[in-house]
Amino acid sequence: MVVDIIKKFINSVLRSLFKKKKHVRLGLYGPPNGGKTTLANRICQDWLGEEMGKVSSIAHETREIQIKEQVNIKSKGRELSFNLVDTPGIATRIDYEDFMKVGLKEKEAKKRAKEATKGVIDAIKWLDDMDAVVIVLDATKDPYSQVNITIIGNLAARNIPVLLVGNKVDLKKADLKRIEAAFPQYNVIGISAKYGNNVDKFYEGLFALVG
Amino acid sequence: MALTLHFIPYAEIEDLGSARRVKKIIDLVKENKIVLLEGKLKKQEETDLIEITMEEISDKFKGIELAVISPEKKDKDFFKKLKHNFFGLLLGDRVGFTIIGPAAIVKEIKKDPDKIELFTQDIKKKKK
Repeated sequence: MVVDIIKKFINSVLRSLFKKKKHVRLGLYGPPNGGKTTLANRICQDWLGEEMGKVSSIAHETREIQIKEQVNIKSKGRELSFNLVDTPGIATRIDYEDFMKVGLKEKEAKKRAKEATKGVIDAIKWLDDMDAVVIVLDATKDPYSQVNITIIGNLAARNIPVLLVGNKVDLKKADLKRIEAAFPQYNVIGISAKYGNNVDKFYEGLFALVG
Repeated sequence: MALTLHFIPYAEIEDLGSARRVKKIIDLVKENKIVLLEGKLKKQEETDLIEITMEEISDKFKGIELAVISPEKKDKDFFKKLKHNFFGLLLGDRVGFTIIGPAAIVKEIKKDPDKIELFTQDIKKKKK
């Protein structure tokens, strides 16, 4: 108990130091295929003029931690600089046969599954190194999955600030209210990372998160 | 095909360290049993469970499905809330249930405030 209090105190002091430097490590977390890399690409395109990673409709396309250093964003006369960390999607199950169903050969599917498992482990290990986290959820999917609850609960336990993004709001099935109902204590911003809908509001959310 | 549900009372894991708790669950799930745990794991133990699951994944073991069910905190009545919080403090992680099943058997666990739906894999289809 006392150790937890001391840990929280040290974390909050370190975090306030990071805040003062306006140079934070911002992680993109969430389940596979939520659109983390699409959002990372959107941010990098908007502010650096280049993409960050490859996207695919096949799950677990991002299987390694990707870092883009010194991303500077501006909004209403304010400026924010951060290192953007795109992480592999966190899952509790990975079946190479699922990759074969979408056209991968067995050898390739097994390799992808193995890399994906390592990616999940790395993403979890990196949780401790984040100053702030954007959770990217697919707004067309059920938000009550235990993986979402586990990630968000872990970040809360570590006192890491969280912004929830409901991605893919351009799709008819998207339901932002469901995400808001599932996580009422968090600010939820609906965006389409692919088409850029509502990204200005997302950037404002980032300033509120770490600015 | 018969499903095996393995109940773990909280008392059985109460004195175990985090690593042993997680290992006990994983070992049972790898035997194709659906584990029904009284109470819940700590947040860090949940991520440990995911990490260890990933380390164990193979051609045969495809991972897990997991759901934690906590009692609803909908009571607006002050005394009911107080009672709920009191028992929560008293019982700690013993409150609620955790279901962990092997992904090869459990396709999905859906939670609803009033029910839990556990969808199993279509074994016949898989054998074809």
